[in-house]
Parts: sequence; structure tokens; C-alpha cells
Amino acid sequence: MTSYLIKNARLLGGDPTDILIQDGRVALDGDRDERGHEVIDATGLIALPGLVDLHTHLREPGREDAETVLTGTQAAAMGGYTAVHAMANTDPVADTAGVVEQVWRLGREGGYCDVYPVGAVTVGLAGQQLAELGAMADSAARVRVFSDDGHCVSDAVLMRRALEYVKAFDGVVAQHAQEPRLTENAQMNEGELSGRLGLAGWPAVAEEAVIARDCLLAAHVGSRLHVCHVSTAGSVELIRQAKASGWSVTAEVTPHHLLLTDELAASYDPVYKVNPPLRTAADTEALRAGLADGTIDAVATDHAPHPHEDKDCEWAAAAFGMLGLETSLSVVQETMVDTGLLTWADVADRMSYAPARIGRVTDHGRPLEDGAPANVVLYDPSVRHVVEAADSVSLSRNTPYAGMELPGRVVATFLRGRATVLDAKLA
Amino acid sequence: MKKHLLSAADLSRDDAELVLRTAEELRSLADRPIKKLPALRGRTVVNLFFEDSTRTRISFEAAAKRLSADVINFSAKGSSLSKGESLKDTALTLEAMGCDAVVIRHGASGAPHRLANSGWVRASVVNAGDGTHEHPTQALLDAFTMWRHLGSRNGGTLDGQRIAIIGDVLHSRVARSNALLLHTLGAEVTLVAPPTLLPVGVDSWPVETSYDLDGVLPKADAVMMLRVQRERMNGGFFPTAREYSRRYGLDGRRMATLQDHTIVMHPGPMVRGMEITADVADSDRSVIVEQVTNGVAVRMAVLYLLLGGSEPAVGGTVAGTVAGNVEGEGADA
Repeated sequence: MTSYLIKNARLLGGDPTDILIQDGRVALDGDRDERGHEVIDATGLIALPGLVDLHTHLREPGREDAETVLTGTQAAAMGGYTAVHAMANTDPVADTAGVVEQVWRLGREGGYCDVYPVGAVTVGLAGQQLAELGAMADSAARVRVFSDDGHCVSDAVLMRRALEYVKAFDGVVAQHAQEPRLTENAQMNEGELSGRLGLAGWPAVAEEAVIARDCLLAAHVGSRLHVCHVSTAGSVELIRQAKASGWSVTAEVTPHHLLLTDELAASYDPVYKVNPPLRTAADTEALRAGLADGTIDAVATDHAPHPHEDKDCEWAAAAFGMLGLETSLSVVQETMVDTGLLTWADVADRMSYAPARIGRVTDHGRPLEDGAPANVVLYDPSVRHVVEAADSVSLSRNTPYAGMELPGRVVATFLRGRATVLDAKLA
Repeated sequence: MKKHLLSAADLSRDDAELVLRTAEELRSLADRPIKKLPALRGRTVVNLFFEDSTRTRISFEAAAKRLSADVINFSAKGSSLSKGESLKDTALTLEAMGCDAVVIRHGASGAPHRLANSGWVRASVVNAGDGTHEHPTQALLDAFTMWRHLGSRNGGTLDGQRIAIIGDVLHSRVARSNALLLHTLGAEVTLVAPPTLLPVGVDSWPVETSYDLDGVLPKADAVMMLRVQRERMNGGFFPTAREYSRRYGLDGRRMATLQDHTIVMHPGPMVRGMEITADVADSDRSVIVEQVTNGVAVRMAVLYLLLGGSEPAVGGTVAGTVAGNVEGEGADA
């Protein structure tokens, strides 16, 4: 396997360092002789541990017209990811050992990014009966994160049982917090704008009420709760209180909720239709503050590819969701680093260490030190570029950032020492 | 005027007054033996209705025909929501056939915006009601009706006139468009509804709100009752139809508290006995039938102004603003 000598990379944004990637491992203070290695001049580039996404929709099996495990993991690699958690809402649903093993194996075969399947909490995501969580945990995919994402486990008893049950294998329930009755036919954030646009509102309380209940449940049964795509200021406050109480609650925020607001819905362009919906500027402010102070543990993309026809229509008919893997680091730089809220070392925590810890992934999210697995991303924060939907390596084009100027570019990604991206192209 | 009429907010006060003046000119046609002008001869207007609405469709159809436009009625019941042909493909079909204006009624809020802004068609788009969003030509015909009745005693404008709009504001595109347009025209709008039927954020609209119909009626110059759709009755928005009628219905007793000049309006179709009693609907104050007549005139004005440009619509005689004939032809024939 090719070995790489990365010269003058700013490790976590610090002073220039040479990084040797050899035999799938990182060496910082070793052989500086350039002979025998492919040399990468990383002057000005930042080296981060390979990013870990807790929330990715790869669409395979079932919707291979929108994305496959291969194209989704290629998009992940382009975004600096070396591990992604593939959500369970495929067809068939990832609610058995067979399906999660298939998804896991497809990731291995592609070789662009490790795929950690998320298991469904309930059979068919139907919210009625627990899926065979233990079988998925014991499978080759070693599932630790369970979620009915897209659907809320709204039944309090079922949620309690799931939280209890996963303790047996140190699992975590990742809840899509959405009170179903309060959000029937909901289309966008409920507020002044939804009233004006005549689009049915998705009120903040529908998220916050479930988060409050789940935090109390998790505390009651002494289990781990992870809150998916937190989108409101009130949710941030609830999670802050739960952490202050010492409860095992973690949370993620998406890049789009850090940057975009509900005003975009006024265009009626469904590329901005997402669940939970884009919220207000006050919410993005609170989410940024929550990510900065550690209330929100991780950035997770909720990368949700959709074929063109599912977005090229009227708002109510369109699918929820937007792409995110390839742009997440740029959005985090724009919203968190360039604003002074996070250092690059903090970014490594929120986008690699913390999500790996939550997902109980041991081979990723490790500090770049001697002997660590060579999962590395090189990132150039100095360039700015206008996002073009057509440039995506995803099969889908539903990026909300098209036409928007964002900072930064992933130059190279290494998965266990093998380059998946070099010169900002798939290797 | 902008190229499209998607929202009442698209209309400046000058635009709105131009529509009303033009409608006044065109309304006189209704009294003539030959109710037709050549203004839009050779132009094609498509009525694209994804929802049933016989009265709005025939109103637009009559308006376009009286201006000599060719009219195509395209009734696409159901929509891409029900896995029929998509809005886009329908639009591309119309574009391929060639049309100058698309009048669209659709169950999804914002569908006219998509049609106008997605590059699918080049035609002017007129919103004939989209979901729970807007219905701007209804607001124009309502404003026109108010203006004809109230304007003469108010210096020819609606400035300061108090308009009460009562009923299911939450789901009403008529209420949204009226609130915007009447504010533009200087009127003072009060929305009256049970709290469950007022949208979140209504406090930022340019209107007053009230839960108390009896407190609002004596001050109103016009009272507009909104229909309460049957499906709302089971939606838990209010306990029973009877309680709704008691608190928010307009009956003879309440009508007696109105000022002498106050008019009673309803966009139709009415649910007699629910939001309005028969004696009120059929009373001298009721201008509900006249609203229908005015609807044709206002829609003629809208189509004319969107498609015909800035020349006067009617040759010769009316209202002092008019000079010359449309396309050089004898419009008074």
C-alpha cells in the first residue's frame, strides 16, 4: 500500500507538522526521509481526524435511484468522512440482522468509507413492536445505534422499553423527536411565515415535548439517549438542563440548521423542505451556542438524497430532506470557526471524536497520534467556492447550498491509510 | 403590474386602484346587449384547475371570453399528490400548446409560485386560489364591491373603512388575500375568529384581531363572513357547529346591530345556518350576488392588465380615464 508523507499540515489547526501515513497507521515523529513515500505538500492545510457522521441516508436497499451505498460513501469521502452511520429507513427497513449486514458489507466492498448501519427500533419503523435489536447488535455489523429516524418513537412505553433493552449491549436510542399529532401534515416551521405562506406549521413544541419526555425516561431507566437533529432553541435548553442533571443524553445538530432559516421557504422551492424544518435566526443562534458550549455533542449531516422529480414539484408534494455530506465541513467553518465559536480542535471533537464515542465506533474518532488508525482529512480553509449542485458525487442534486458561496475545501481523505480523496477528487 | 398575480402582496396601491378603475369600466359592459370586447383576441387563457371550483372557473371563463380570448379549460383533478401527472408535466404540456395566461387553482399552497418561477411556462400566471395561502382575485372583487358601496361616502377610497372578516381565518386563502389587499387600500381590517382558527403569527399581520363578534359588528362598514368547511367541524377546532353559530354566526339579531350603510359579504359557497342565516344572506344589506357579478369584471380587468398592457380597456366613453380604442377597433360596437 502506498505510504504518504504529509508535509507541513496544521494538525487540528496548530503548528505545521509532518504526518506519515504508513501501513494504515499514523506516525508523527518517525522517518522524515521522503524516499519511498508519496509526498503531499500540505502547507496551509488543516489535518483533522477522519470525520464520523451519525446520521446519513444511503437509500440502499430500495431507493438506488436516489443514492447507493457506493455513491453515498463517495460523497462522504469527498466531505472528509471516514465513517458514516446509515439510517434504517431503507426498503426493506434495516430492522433485521440480514439487512444491516448487507449494508455494512456494501460499505466494506466500496472501500470509500466505513458504514455503520443504524438499526430500526421497531419493526418496519411502524412504532408497534421492538425489532430484534440484539440480533443486529450481535451481527457482523455490530449495531450500537438504533433509530426509527423519520418517525418518532412516540409511544412512551415503547420508548422506555427500547432505552432499557439496549443497555444489554451498550446501545443508544437515537430519537427523531416529533410529536406526531402536533405535526400532522406539517410542512415548515410554525411561525409568522407559515401563517403567511399558508403552509401547515411544524411547531417547536412538537420537538421539545418529546425531548423533555425522553430525557426524563432516559434518566428514569438509566440509559443512553441520543437526540437527532436538534432544531430549536428550546430543545438546546432542555438538553442543557438534562446534562446539568448528569443524565446520559447526547445530541446532534445538522449543518443546515446551523446556517439556514425558515425565510427560505418563502420561495416555495422544496429544496428547502426538510424535517425537522428550517427554523428561525434565533434558533440557529441558539444551536450554534449549544454546539460551542458542548450542549450539542456532534454535527451530523442528515444527508438525505432525493431524485429530481421528488423536489421538482409543488412544496406539499415534495419529499423532506437535503444533501449534506460534501458541504458539512464548509458550513461548520462558516458558522462556527470563522465566527470564533469553535477552534479546529473543537471541530475534531464535534465531527469525529464525539460522534464516534456516541456510536461506540472504536476505529474512528481517535486523536491523530502515533499508532492511531490513519483516518485523516486534509482541509484547505483559505479558499471560497460557489456550490454547484452538478458537482456533487451523490446521485442526487438536492443541495440547499447551490449558488451559495462557502469557505473551504476537502483536499484529501484517508481511510485506514488508503487515499479515498486526493487533490479534492475521488482517488 | 407585475407579470404574474400570485399574491395580493404583488399589488401596490396604484396597481390595485388601476384594477378597480379598469373593472369599473369593464363592468359597464354587463349592461350592454353585446358583452364582448376584442381586447384579448388571439390570446389564449388556460384555466388550470386541480381542485373543483365551478364558480371561480366559470367566472374566469366568462371574463376571458368577454375579452375575446380563447379559453381552454384544463381540469386536472387530483394532482401529483395523488400520483397523477405532475404539475411540471402539466405545465410543460400547456407551454407546448402555447398559452398567454394560466389561471391556476391548486390544493397546494405555493403551487402558482412554482408554476411562475420554475421556468416551466412563459405565460402570465394568475393565482385562482392555492391551498390555504391566497386567492388574490377574490380579494380584488371583494375590494371592488366594497369600493362601489362605501367609496362614494368616503371620498372615493376605502381609507379608514372598517372591515370585519369573520370565520375560519386559519384555513382561508380569502382572508389572507383580503387582509393584505385591504390594508394596501387603506382600510382597517379586523379578523374575528375563535382562537383555534387564527394562524400563529397573526399578530404580525397588518390587521386587528378579536374573539368577540358582538364587539366588532357595530363599528364595521363591511362584514365578510367566511365559509366553515365541513372537514373543520371534525377537526376539533370548535366543539360543535351549534356553538360556532352561536358565537360566530351572523343572524338577524346581530345584523340589527350594524350601521345603516354596512354591507354583508360572503365569498361563497355559503353554509346557510352555520356562519350566516338565510334572512341575513337574503337581506337588503347582502351584496353576495353582486360579488359574483363583480368577480367577472375584476377578472376581466386582471387578465386585460396582465396581457393587454397599459392601454385603456374600453373605447370611448367611461370614467374620464379612457381615450381611444383598443387595437384601433370599435370596442363600442
